[in-house]
Amino acid sequence: MSQATFRIWRSEPGGGAGQFTDYTTEISEGMVVLDAVHKIQADQAPDLACRWNCKAGKCGSCSAEINGKPKLMCMSRLNSLDLTVPVTVEPMRTFPLIKDLVTDVSWNFRVKKGLKKFKPRTPDAADGTWRMAQRDVDRVQEFRKCIECFLCQDVCHVLRDHDKHDEFIGPRFFVYSAALEMHPLDSDDRLQDLKDKNNIGYCNITKCCTKVCPEHIHITDNAIIPLKERVVDRFYDPVTRLLRMITG
Amino acid sequence: MAAHATYAYDVLVIGAGGAGLRAAIEAASAGVTVGLICKSLLGKAHTVMAEGGMAAAMAHNDDRDSWKVHFADTMRGGQYVNNWRMAEIHAKEAPDRVRELEAWGAVFDRTPDGRINQRNFGGHRYPRLAHVGDRTGLELIRTLQDHTTYLGVTVHMEHTVIELVLDGGRAAGVLAYDRERGRFHVFSAKAIVMATGGAGRAYKITSNSWEGTGDGHALAYRAGAELIDMEFIQFHPTGMVWPPSVRGILVTEGVRGEGGVLRNSEGRRFMFDDIPDNYKPQTAADPEEGWRYVMQDKTARRPPELLTRDHVARCINREVKAGRGSPHGGVFLDIAWIKEKIADAPAHIKRKLPSMYHQFKELADLDITTTPMEVGPTTHYIMGGIRVDADSQESTIPGLFAAGECAAGINGANRLGGNSLSDLIVFGKRAGEYAAELARKSPQPRVDEGAVERALAASLAPFERGNAGENPYKVQQDLQEAMQALVGIVRNEGEMQEAVAKLAGFNERASRAGVDGHREYNSGWHTCIDLRNLLDVSEAIARSAIERKESRGGHFREDFPDKVAEFGTFNIATRRQADGSMQVSRRPVKELPAELKQVIEEQKQ
Repeated sequence: MSQATFRIWRSEPGGGAGQFTDYTTEISEGMVVLDAVHKIQADQAPDLACRWNCKAGKCGSCSAEINGKPKLMCMSRLNSLDLTVPVTVEPMRTFPLIKDLVTDVSWNFRVKKGLKKFKPRTPDAADGTWRMAQRDVDRVQEFRKCIECFLCQDVCHVLRDHDKHDEFIGPRFFVYSAALEMHPLDSDDRLQDLKDKNNIGYCNITKCCTKVCPEHIHITDNAIIPLKERVVDRFYDPVTRLLRMITG
Repeated sequence: MAAHATYAYDVLVIGAGGAGLRAAIEAASAGVTVGLICKSLLGKAHTVMAEGGMAAAMAHNDDRDSWKVHFADTMRGGQYVNNWRMAEIHAKEAPDRVRELEAWGAVFDRTPDGRINQRNFGGHRYPRLAHVGDRTGLELIRTLQDHTTYLGVTVHMEHTVIELVLDGGRAAGVLAYDRERGRFHVFSAKAIVMATGGAGRAYKITSNSWEGTGDGHALAYRAGAELIDMEFIQFHPTGMVWPPSVRGILVTEGVRGEGGVLRNSEGRRFMFDDIPDNYKPQTAADPEEGWRYVMQDKTARRPPELLTRDHVARCINREVKAGRGSPHGGVFLDIAWIKEKIADAPAHIKRKLPSMYHQFKELADLDITTTPMEVGPTTHYIMGGIRVDADSQESTIPGLFAAGECAAGINGANRLGGNSLSDLIVFGKRAGEYAAELARKSPQPRVDEGAVERALAASLAPFERGNAGENPYKVQQDLQEAMQALVGIVRNEGEMQEAVAKLAGFNERASRAGVDGHREYNSGWHTCIDLRNLLDVSEAIARSAIERKESRGGHFREDFPDKVAEFGTFNIATRRQADGSMQVSRRPVKELPAELKQVIEEQKQ
């Protein structure tokens, strides 16, 4: 059995001050970072705070920054990391710290409340049901794979470096909006909101969000860019503007 | 020490998985105030891990399906100790509940004519599971979560309930703490819905997340509610077995529904070797017929890999014990072989089973489109739980309702795959509806301050002991190992008596558990509190299992390997007595009405 050292962020109560603490623990084949954190909790630091749930990459609870990269702890295998040096494990930096590895992600839940909800068209059949083709739902199903780990929000520089939390909804909610806008049944229109309230224009498509997505959703190419195109077509296309001027 | 805050709701829902969310939606839609407490963040509950689908006899893929067939399948799967009325309601109402999800934005896979597609699953006679690839649970929880967002439900995330408080024998409220700050909160409610899910964390190898600590079972039990069927645990036949850190993580039954076969180390499809008599008429005679079934040939019968979970789990166990297992103590589950049958097999597998592909690739360095998986049984689901009235979901404590996995009755001795997601939405809705109705005609109850103070002080005791106390993680690990070894898939009297004796020891150690540090997000402290629930649930499992001296469904005893007719006439109940001890008794299974008996007979062919 070999050993590895984990340099874990420990904070003082109430958030704020903190420091890295090194823990050396035994490791075995197939272990992921979350296993190591659990082992450290059980043997050395019972009060170490860490949020997790399914440990199978399905719930999106154990988001953290491992060696500086936003990842799910449960899907980060130790054999993919250099164990000759300490592995750093720290909380997501974009969100306020609660304790150790746990951050306050409540902002995301508030943002969702402010977005227009799903509004289906009138049912297609007399029994109140709809008909949809698989090829039409495929596109939306990609977005609906999102596990709300908020790693894309963590890495987005508009939020992380510019703190535009009040004006910008972040990649997660562009994916959410895309899932509704492209939903075969939805009949609402979110383009005005995307342009004015959600400021999709702030995104300059650096694709950092796509790179960290554990569900491999093509956030930038399939969600954000098509939404930007729709916004541009509606509000900035010269021909459309001309037509609008004529027709009022 | 006083509570940080108090809240009063008409209906309080505990748990925000499928059942809790569905109950909250129903109650809020009825116009009463609703509070929702959950241990995790909203949308993270164990429901997200459900993969295969939700069973509803919509008859989209086979027009021979109907509620009657679904009802008969559920009763057969449960070995006829189910609450027949629950099975009936479930089979009749599931289609409407599924269609309602579509109206709320869920995006199910489609049939060629554009309707909701339904897949084959173990124990279901016809393709019946509405699904979204292999992430149906995520679709369910996200749809309900997003729908709830706009209904004015107050959500208290990352709160754990410590105690259920009664007022004159009636549910009155709860004491909870928030994980983030460790502050105490008192909630009073005219009606309370328990929707806390399962108790898989009582076992070492489990597919359950950390939340599955039997909180609702134990809170209700300690308040005096009756639990039934606690001996019936479902060991899902296919959990991951390698590498060790992922042992127990679920491999969806959908793999077998899509044509995956089980083989032992000799390459033999051993499931053909042992087909129970009551399933023989419905099971394929050879691999060729089994494959035709997968291809939705209506004249074909299902392959034996799709027999009920209890049976498949025992067959795997037998192969491993006989030395015909895989290198790491499981058997082989092979989906890659379908490349012999269809042209674009790897792409097909990735499209039908994307999460499984991803899970094995990331966690085991294994490509399921080319290589067989190693799988073995994992503790998955508890059929037993809070005894409820079939129509209203009210427990034996007035004002306390229960829905989903923490309630009991619909599944009998064994649950069919796909029946749990539909159970959540059918009975979640009913619990919310009847809780709201009761709330509307009830006054706000009084939550006894003395009871709150006592519970609060007891929950803080581990801090007084500090690091000098027992390490709660160690007690939990020892408990999990004991339950795994002594009250697992194959049981006997001696081992279970040993388990009961050990549980007394664990209880004693748990009462001495200590933690250091502050109350804020203190995982050690949380473990101390969860431990109490795991211990109560484990004792109920062990004592009920000792009482059932036969083998039926999820309960298999090597000292009584056969089913005994007499034991099919009652359910086993556990209840806390005034002195704190656990009383085990028998409750007669309610007789089926003649018309439902006939439905079952008709479906036996």
